[in-house]
Order: sequence, then structure tokens, then C-alpha cells
Amino acid sequence: MFFTYLRRELRRRRKAALVVASGLALGIALVIVVTSVSSGMSRAQGKVLESLYGLGTDMTVTKAVEPPEEGQTTRRPRFEFDAGEGEEAQQSRDLVMVQGFQSLDASTVDDVAGQDGVADAVGGLGIRVMKVDGEFRRGQVENPGQGGPGGGGGGAVRGGGAAFDVDSYTAYGTDVARQDLGPLTTSKITSGRTFTEGETDAAVAVLDSAWAAGKDLAVGGTLTVSGTEFEVIGIATADSGDAAADVYLPLARAQALAGAEAKVTTVYVKATDSQRIEGVKEAVLKNIPGTTVTTSADLAATVSGSLSTASDLASGVGTWLSYLVLGAAFLVAGLLTSSAVSRRVREFGTLKALGWRSGRVTRQVAGEALVNGLVGGALGIALGLAGAWLITALSPTLTAELGGGGAAGGAARGGMRFGGQGGGGGSPQTLDIALTAPVSLATIGLAVALAVAGGLVAGGFGGWRASRLRPADALRRVE
Amino acid sequence: MYQLTGVTKRYRRGKDAVTALDSVDLTIEDGGRLVIQGPTGGGKSTLLQMLGGLDRPTEGSVVLDGTDLAALPEARLTRVRAEKIGFVFQGFNLIPTLTAQENVETALVPLRLGARERRERAGEALASVGLGDRSGHVPGELSGGQQQRVAVARALVKRPAVLLADEPTGNLDESMRDEVMEVLEALWQEHAFTFVMVTHDSALARRAPRVATIGDGRVTVREQVA
Ligand SMILES: Nc1ncnc2c1ncn2[C@@H]1O[C@H](COP(=O)(O)OP(=O)(O)OP(=O)(O)O)[C@@H](O)[C@H]1O
Ligand SMILES: [Mg+2]
Repeated sequence: MFFTYLRRELRRRRKAALVVASGLALGIALVIVVTSVSSGMSRAQGKVLESLYGLGTDMTVTKAVEPPEEGQTTRRPRFEFDAGEGEEAQQSRDLVMVQGFQSLDASTVDDVAGQDGVADAVGGLGIRVMKVDGEFRRGQVENPGQGGPGGGGGGAVRGGGAAFDVDSYTAYGTDVARQDLGPLTTSKITSGRTFTEGETDAAVAVLDSAWAAGKDLAVGGTLTVSGTEFEVIGIATADSGDAAADVYLPLARAQALAGAEAKVTTVYVKATDSQRIEGVKEAVLKNIPGTTVTTSADLAATVSGSLSTASDLASGVGTWLSYLVLGAAFLVAGLLTSSAVSRRVREFGTLKALGWRSGRVTRQVAGEALVNGLVGGALGIALGLAGAWLITALSPTLTAELGGGGAAGGAARGGMRFGGQGGGGGSPQTLDIALTAPVSLATIGLAVALAVAGGLVAGGFGGWRASRLRPADALRRVE
Repeated sequence: MYQLTGVTKRYRRGKDAVTALDSVDLTIEDGGRLVIQGPTGGGKSTLLQMLGGLDRPTEGSVVLDGTDLAALPEARLTRVRAEKIGFVFQGFNLIPTLTAQENVETALVPLRLGARERRERAGEALASVGLGDRSGHVPGELSGGQQQRVAVARALVKRPAVLLADEPTGNLDESMRDEVMEVLEALWQEHAFTFVMVTHDSALARRAPRVATIGDGRVTVREQVA
């Protein structure tokens, strides 16, 4: 009888049931979408961080930025050309500098590795190569007022007496024996191969695909840096955004090129436990003076742009709004159920007059409401999944801006991309990340729980109202 | 057998109190048939509620077969209603979504019968009111007289000791009234339950052996030769 009655009531009062159900559906769908978008956001942020560090790196250690000494302005690269008595000559020279002019002793890597809570530490050297191709006219030199050799950031610089191109690119000295940590992990080898463990001092290079394309270099080609010919053994493509460097070389080679023997710019650190990262950071700062430690959390704090705005929105207003709607839906469902009971006072009074126990009537009412809630939940889950699917299908692009904040930004890449020209300053890096809305099983579980809760709330209201009816209500004249 | 002693029912509406029944004494024999008449607001329905255990008197006792309904706890009173008392209401009070058959079965739900026995007994009851062929119809598909006959079947399917009817023909035209009354009287003859009926219809009242008249909460009973 319970189910017959239930079925008949739900069928006849389809419309009223649908109103209750769609209210709940809306709330539940909203919760699903907001939850999945939020997790999409944090996935996107994770991607941003991963593109900086590569998988597995919990923090980087770099040399602390020292303020310029008295009387000394920011250092700049200096060009020294053979401006002697020679005839017109085509000259080419590579200037190789340590990124940011700041380096740590290679022994720091072992010091860091020795700290409590450090699982692994790998050092690397970021360098910048400036290639200057110039034609130097003798006649012009005699007239220094009109110009002369000069230095500059990049691009073609034409002086009166000289015409030369300055081309600069970044290279990264990789510890070839320890390739599980460091910037190269943010890229995939898309052609050729990566370094072998034995190539500690080999004249081989892996190039970033975007840079290699611009230079018309491919696997098997040759890259000449300061007179040394490097064989191109592989092309790597960044997983997202810009690559960490244009060229990857064995660490020893990079050190030799930059004249920075036994130096590194960045130590990539993996902690034994992701919960202990802050503790490790403190230990490193305390025990190894003169270092800067940047953790993923520090980096995440520097993420700005539409990604972080959207993420703040989703986790703030979105969550708040979806629970508000859900709460309102619960309340409305409860009130509608309760008012439906009021309209059926005589019906339930009659059942009580027939000898139905109060609990039996209450169960009947609560059962109806619970089914409404479940129908609403099912609708809501369908609606929410559709919404999440739509977002993933459209995958709107969000922009993440990284490291607008000076030193932190410089440290973000371990001084690779930023701080090329000056000390620690840097321009923010921009990454485009497609937003997805992955729906987890936990989210579905939450939705089902909410549906049941909604049904119980509605059933509670209705059941409470029904339980207070008296059998004498069977004689009520109102219908 | 019913034995009412000093039954008083007062309704409280804020500060005002209405005395619907004022110290009523009344005896109804088993298998007896009593018609209750009286002006509107006189307390007829209230008296029926006391008899049926739908409500409790403010004072006095309502003894049915040795049990004082006024003193029973709610659960036991519900049990008495389920087993011993059948109701027929002026407005039929059928559940609109259920078929005639299912409506009749609702009266058997508290008795915890098997589904099969419930079905059989409901079918028999419908047949006894001449609606064996309409069991699958919902109330909206039946005439007023037919609906009230379904309600009669529902009241009697549990074979109660008492049938209480509050203006059972009040919403019916004359032909339907006769149709329902014939069924009620035939069943009363057959099953000999105690039959108490409230009616405004003096033609119906004239056919009863005993008539109780309620006015201002007081009852006067007169016996008459049918
Ligand atoms: N639940 C209640 N609350 C307050 N007053 C009530 C209630 N039920 C009945 N009354 C009052 O008690 C008195 C008797 O009511 P009752 O319904 O018994 O009269 P009745 O004889 O059945 O009238 P009618 O012929 O109109 O059905 C009336 O004055 C009525 O207003
Ligand atoms: Mg009445």
C-alpha cells in the first residue's frame, strides 16, 4: 500500500513535485558546477606551478639578492671589440654570463641535500648567451663623435661606425645524472633524445622547440657557443607556456662557458613530505646563509591575472552563492511540502480516523517528499554534469600572471627567465591555461547526499505537519 | 454497547469557550440504530467524534464495550478505531489518487493483513455495495452516490462493531440518497452493527427506531415506531 499510494500521489501531483524537485535540482547543479570549477581552477594553478618547476620540485634555493655595493650601479654586460687597426672585418663574439650574476657554490647542493626533510636536491646553472655579429668599418671609427661600439639589450643596434646584431638566449646547465628534478622536467622530448647519464662533459645540447624553430635548428644540427660546437641531440617542447630555457647543456659545459666553475644558480629541492615544506625552508635559510628559498606556496601567492580572479570568485562568491541557493531550495521544498500537507488535511485526518497510526501517515508524507528530493537530486546531478561538461567543452582560457613581485619573480625561475639584465627585477610572465571543470566521484557523492538531505528536510517539514493532524480533521469542512 | 456519562466538550478559541456538548448521558445498545438530529452548530458532529474516538471529551466518559475511550492512550484509541469503528463522512473523504479498490484497502492497512487477503476482502466489500465492477476507477470517475458507496464499503470492510455516519447523504441528490440509504440499511440488517447516523433529513429520521435531538449541547432521545 505504501508504494501504491506513493506512486499514485507522485503521478497525480507531478507538477507540484516538479516544482520542489527543480528547486532542489538548481541548488544541487550549482554546487556541482562550482565544486568542479573550483577543482578545475586548482588544477589550472597546479599546471602553472608545474610549468615553472617541473613535477616533483617542492622549492628552489637561490642566492639571496645582494644590494649593489657603494658606487656600483647595476651590472651590465660589456662588449670589448677588437677595434684595432684592422681592415673592415666581420666579427662575431659570444658573451656568456651567469643569469642574474648571482651564483652559489656547487657545494651548496650537498649542504641542502643534507638538511632534514630533504629527499633530493639537484643544482643547475642558468646562463645567458649574447651573440654579437658585427661589421666594423674603419673609416667610421675615426670619427668617434658619430658613434662607436655600444652595448644594449637586444635587437639590431646600428652605430655610425659599426653595424651589429645582438642576439641573446638563455641556456641551462643540467645535472645530466639527475634529470628527475629541474627545469627540463617541464618539457617533453618531442624529437631526438635527452642527455644520458654519462654525458657530463659532452658537447651536446637539447633545444627548446620554439627557439630551435626560430633558429632553423634540428636534431643532428650544430649549435656554436663561444667557438664550441654542440651537437643537437634532442628537441624539447614545454608542457605549457614558455620553456624554462632556450638551450639545455650539460652542467659542466655551461659552467665552463660562463667561467663559473663549480657554481650553480639554482638548487631544485624535493621534500620527503609535502607537509614539511615550510620546515625545510626554515632549516635551509637558517643553516645555509645567503640563500633565498622559494616554495610552491610562495609562488602560488604571486599568481595573478584572470585565473586567480576567477579562482577567488569560484571559491568565494560561487561557493557562498551555491549554498545560499541550496539553502533556499531546501526551505522552499520544505514549505511547499508543508503547504501540500495543509491542503490534504482532510485526507490525512481520514486515514487517522481509519486507524492509521500517526507514524504511518508521517512516513507516507516523508516518503513522498524524499522521492521528490531524490528526483530533484537526479535532475540536479544531470544538470550539474551538463554544466560541467559544457565548461570543459568550451574550456575558456584564463590567464595567469606570475611573479609581478620583483625578487620573488626572479626566484620563480631560479633566475632563469627573469633578472637577465639587472639584479633581481623581472617582468611578469603570462601563461594561458584552459579552464576545465572535472567532476569527481566525491562531488557526485556530495550531490547525492544533498539530494537526500533536501528530501529529508522537505519530508521533515511535511511529516512534522502531518504528525500534528488529528483524526477529527477528517471532519473539517475546508478542502 | 455505548454508555456515555456526563460527556462535556468545550472548545477554546482564545478567550472564548464554546460548549459543544453539555453533560450528555446516552446509552446505545449493540446493534441498535440511532439517528441524531438538531440545528446546525448544535453539537451533532462533536458527539459523533466522541463516539468514534476521534477526539476526547473535556469531561465525562465514553464507554464502548467496557472500555472508556476518554481515558485510553492515543495508540490504543487508534487501535480501537482501526478494529471496531467505521466512519462515513458527508464529503466522502476518499483519497482522490487511489482507485475504489485501493480506497477500501486503506481501511485494512492498520490490521496488517496480507496483500492477498486485503485485496479479496476489499473486492467483496465493493461487491456488497454494488460496485464490484468499478473497483479500478478513481473517485473522480464515479458519481457522488457511487463515491459514498465506496466510502460505505471502506467503513464496513473491517467488519466493525459500530458504524458512524455524519450526514452521509448531505451532499447527494434524492435518487443518490436513496441508493446509499438502501445499501446502508441492507448491510445493517445483514451485519447488525451499531449504527449511528447524523442527518438533517427528517424523512430519513422517521425511518429510525430511535432519534436523539441535540440543541445547545443537550440531548433528548425519543423512541418511535418505525
Ligand atoms: N474544532 C473546533 N474548535 C472550536 N469550535 C468548534 C470546533 N468544532 C466544533 N466547534 C463548535 O462547536 C459547536 C458544535 O459544532 P458541531 O460541528 O458539533 O455542530 P453540528 O451540529 O455538527 O453542526 P452542523 O450541522 O453545521 O454540522 C459549534 O458551535 C462549533 O462552532
Ligand atoms: Mg456537523
